[in-house]
Amino acid sequence: MSNETILIDDYVVNINDLNKSFGSNHVLRGIDLHVQRGEVVCIIGPSGSGKSTLLRCINMLEQPSSGNIVVLGRELTHIDCDIDEARTRIGMVFQQFNLFPHMTALENICVAQRKVLRRSKAEAEMKGLQLLARVGLTEKADAYPGQLSGGQQQRVAIARALAMDPDVMLFDEATSALDPELVGDVLNVMKALAEDGMTMLVVTHEMGFASNVATRVVFMDGGVIVEQGPPSQVINAPQEDRTKSFLSSVLNH
Amino acid sequence: MALSKRQRATYARYAIYTLSVLAVAAMALLVDWTRLSNAMFKWEIVKEQFPSILTSAAKNTVVFTILGFAGGLSFGLLFALMRLSSIRPYRWIAATYIEIFRGIPLLVTLLALGFGIPIATGWQWPNPYLQGAIPLSLVASAYMAETIRAGIEAVPKGQMEAARSLGMSYPRAMITIVIPQALRIIVPPLTNEFVLLIKDTSLISVLGVTDATRDLARFGRDGVTDSANATPLIVAGLVYLAMTLPLTQLVAYMERRAKAVGK
Repeated sequence: MSNETILIDDYVVNINDLNKSFGSNHVLRGIDLHVQRGEVVCIIGPSGSGKSTLLRCINMLEQPSSGNIVVLGRELTHIDCDIDEARTRIGMVFQQFNLFPHMTALENICVAQRKVLRRSKAEAEMKGLQLLARVGLTEKADAYPGQLSGGQQQRVAIARALAMDPDVMLFDEATSALDPELVGDVLNVMKALAEDGMTMLVVTHEMGFASNVATRVVFMDGGVIVEQGPPSQVINAPQEDRTKSFLSSVLNH
Repeated sequence: MALSKRQRATYARYAIYTLSVLAVAAMALLVDWTRLSNAMFKWEIVKEQFPSILTSAAKNTVVFTILGFAGGLSFGLLFALMRLSSIRPYRWIAATYIEIFRGIPLLVTLLALGFGIPIATGWQWPNPYLQGAIPLSLVASAYMAETIRAGIEAVPKGQMEAARSLGMSYPRAMITIVIPQALRIIVPPLTNEFVLLIKDTSLISVLGVTDATRDLARFGRDGVTDSANATPLIVAGLVYLAMTLPLTQLVAYMERRAKAVGK
């Protein structure tokens, strides 16, 4: 009994037998995934394998068809769960950045602090400026998203998510929409975040990042987790044929 | 000799220009200008229209328009949100409302609500302005609901998702993130609807308005009766144009600017 309590406290994300269908398209087929505090889990796999859908289920942007998801001890799939409150603890970064175009970088970072967490303007702005400094964009506080490069927008988006002081961060192909020369800046911010001990789930195609930063790599294909383990195992010495063929198509060209 | 395609097009264009000039010249020569201007733009009558055409008639038109627009915008926003709701009965109610009020002529709605309700219930409209403005705003809201809905749908889905992922509730995300962006998109079409409303207020006079609530069109029509001359209507038309032209130019400017910004 006491063991179970410790387990729940230690695990940030607990996913049990998660299924998700879009109409007749069965995208996730019985996913079990358990992520401990401080882990950096990179989810890799071919497109259409369900990795983004899995990530979007973790903050309920997609409604699971069945199964249960427990994040930070809250059962999100329970009918009584206050999903808005739970989401403040779960940061998310999107492929298309999704900054609010009618607000400056600083306002983007402050708006949810003010409206959701009810922080004072001064408090929110102080936090916002700290975070902008952390992602290296102090001088862009008053710039609108349209005036920023993709890489800068994505770093603002990371700062915006961090402003809520989340316990876990979800990255949904955060660098896939970026020009190649802008990817590095964003990955550096993510790496620094990982080194600070943030629990992260990262859907990515960046195998270098997965090798160097992940504590665990999860390979998905066809809506199931095919293989998972430390990067030295999954990326450098995969056991499953599907993992091998995916990696050879990604790494060899 | 054979003409090339381009030569033929050139000659055809010259022929059309020549015919147009001849037609205008013929009109200018044949029309009895003195008689025409006496009947339609007699200066003494023009002067008689002022100042009451502005202080009373145009004022009433503006009051009806603003009441109709304010009501139309509020109800329109409400019905747009209902049409976008995930709750099915809300969508049905909004869709039915919109179809009914878009499908029935304003004149019929005005008569049905302005006269029909008092006849059916014995209840009297407390205020002649409301008697006209409320049916007007109900019809306007049906059109505006569709405009607003289109504007909200034009905001990328990622905006709502980003807002929700930060813990905002659906209404909070709508108010803070989506609607401000939708408003920018719909300002030009809403301005067009404002222009339509200015003109639609001319129908309110079927409700049998008093002197105090006479709108611009009715003022012109009464002027025609009083003076046995068409001039008051022409003046009323010019006052309408003075109101609508700046707005249509504003829309054109906003659309040019939107195109220049490339968004």
